[in-house]
Amino acid sequence: MVAQKITIEPVTRIEGHAKVTVHLKPDGKVEHAYLHVNEFRGFEKFCEGRMVFEMPYITPRICGICPVSHHLASAKAGDDLLSCPPPKPAVMLRDLMHMGQIIQSHGMHFFELAGPDLLLGFDADPAIRNVVGLIQAAPDLTVKAVRLRKFGQEIIKTLGGRKVHPDFAVPGGVNKALTVSERDEILSLIDENIATTQVGIKIMKDWAAEHIEDINKFAVLESGYLGLVTPNNGLELSDGIIRLKDSQGQELERFEGRNYLDYIAEHVEPWSYLKFPYYKKFGFPGGVYRVGPLGRLNNADIIETPMAAEEMKYWKSLNNGKPVGNTLYYHLARMIEALFALERVRILCEDPDILSTDIINTRQYNKGEGVGVIEAPRGTLFHHYWANANGQLERVNLIVSTGHNNWAMSTAVDSVAKTYIDGPVTEGMLNRVEAAIRAHDPCLSCSTHAVGQMPIEIEVLDVEGKLVNTVKRGL
Amino acid sequence: MAKPKISSDWMGGCAGCHMSFLDMDERIIKLVELADLRSTPITDLKVPDESGVDVGILEGSVMNTANEEVVHRMRERCKILVALGDCAVFGGVPAMRNFFTIEETLRRGYVETESTDENGKVPDDPELCKQTRVRAVHEVVPVELHVPGCPPDPDVIFYVLSELAQGRMPELKGDKINWH
Ligand code: SF4
Repeated sequence: MVAQKITIEPVTRIEGHAKVTVHLKPDGKVEHAYLHVNEFRGFEKFCEGRMVFEMPYITPRICGICPVSHHLASAKAGDDLLSCPPPKPAVMLRDLMHMGQIIQSHGMHFFELAGPDLLLGFDADPAIRNVVGLIQAAPDLTVKAVRLRKFGQEIIKTLGGRKVHPDFAVPGGVNKALTVSERDEILSLIDENIATTQVGIKIMKDWAAEHIEDINKFAVLESGYLGLVTPNNGLELSDGIIRLKDSQGQELERFEGRNYLDYIAEHVEPWSYLKFPYYKKFGFPGGVYRVGPLGRLNNADIIETPMAAEEMKYWKSLNNGKPVGNTLYYHLARMIEALFALERVRILCEDPDILSTDIINTRQYNKGEGVGVIEAPRGTLFHHYWANANGQLERVNLIVSTGHNNWAMSTAVDSVAKTYIDGPVTEGMLNRVEAAIRAHDPCLSCSTHAVGQMPIEIEVLDVEGKLVNTVKRGL
Repeated sequence: MAKPKISSDWMGGCAGCHMSFLDMDERIIKLVELADLRSTPITDLKVPDESGVDVGILEGSVMNTANEEVVHRMRERCKILVALGDCAVFGGVPAMRNFFTIEETLRRGYVETESTDENGKVPDDPELCKQTRVRAVHEVVPVELHVPGCPPDPDVIFYVLSELAQGRMPELKGDKINWH
């Protein structure tokens, strides 16, 4: 047999457009597998000329799954550019909205996107390996999962008027205060959703116990880790200092978000529209790191809310205190973060300041440049704007969460293809390749802001790179 | 009677319209009773059935050659094509790209951006799609139903799909197009 190329397209149950090509050697073994992110939109160019205060409404259209992250990062870049730090209640309200998004996004990913693999199995029939299959297999759990996502979305809607693309944060603060009844409604639903999250944590732990072989074989990668932390090195998702650790857990850097250009650069490969960020000092690919739930739990030392703190101890025990490199553990990390977010919602709502109407700082001074950083559900997000004296943008630079994981996803795809594809290619093997990507929960809409979207395809290529066969599935 | 088949796909958009679809929450279970959800970005079937589906839904604008393939395939395989959301209906936010040339947009993304290193170069692998002018779906193929909104409200999406699933053409007026 001649060498072949397999294409998986589109990659499903992830957010965005991608395809994978697996290049086979003449003996049928995998030579290399590539993850092609196949979308480019161009926000960094077409936002030029817009007003700084419009950006919190334009940039969420980069991604409808984490629009709140863009909305808030953009407002924060505006706070910085216009030198108008928001008053404390506004900071809290933004944090509350952000926790709503972490809950909805993590909840949806765990139960509705990755859940079918975990609960129905990688080899389940593709026609049922989805949320509809879940409805049939585990109706009670599905309803709970739907309610978890809904809880997060309702918090966003309560504050910002709508669930997707809310209207809330402005440079200097937010445009709406929280009422007593709104707060009470939120508080009344926390316990139920904490219980659902704990079910998720248990499912993942049981699954891990049963599939420890898969976990240890499935894309175990060495990389650095990057994310925001609190002053005590606790998990932080909204405001904090950026910390970078190496693969052994040693701290390499701590820096203010606004100085990111001194530490991070992006590499471009001709075969993907998604760029590859890396730690400048170590170069590419030596300086690659991961972000998102797994990156953040590895990067932080503790979690400062009581229930999630316990789960964090368990996390740290997985690899004797060292970073956990096993890609499938992203799912556990995601549920632990959802628990943290729910606990934070309670802490925020129990603080009387959350009801304050001191929500905007209108004293502005345009210094012409600003950076906003936040931990989006999928990782660290940077918005950087340069404006003229009228507040009209001259340049825009964005580094989006999923981009940081690009190297890891590409490497995971290659490693999983090498581990599982041998001999005749089965649908279940292809699904494992996809699962390697899905574990990182890529939001390719996001990462390809600048760059575009991602479902997958597997193609079979000969040594000259000619297409021999395309494995199409689920027709 | 067999349940009507519904497929959806996304192109140059933000996935927000599909999120708004999920925001119908528990009603999704009702919808699954009424209709057979085939390929969608959130299920595992990759493309609409070759034998055809009753309703095809597209989110996002048509902004590259990969999107063109999606739009034509969906048109060929569905009876009723729905353009869901402002991107599909008008071109939406991505259409702001049309104020610039494709070359300068790509150059900004892969060469000039402050964080891109000195080896930055516009990706050009043959596996990748080519960028085009940004268009609404109806500029490329005929569309039976336009559902505006960025994204359309989940109530509207549920109304539209449940009507279609029951063989009726939804009427969008009054409250249903009064989006914000
Ligand atoms: S219409 Fe709005 S919500 Fe829908 S894909 Fe376009 S930008 Fe996203």
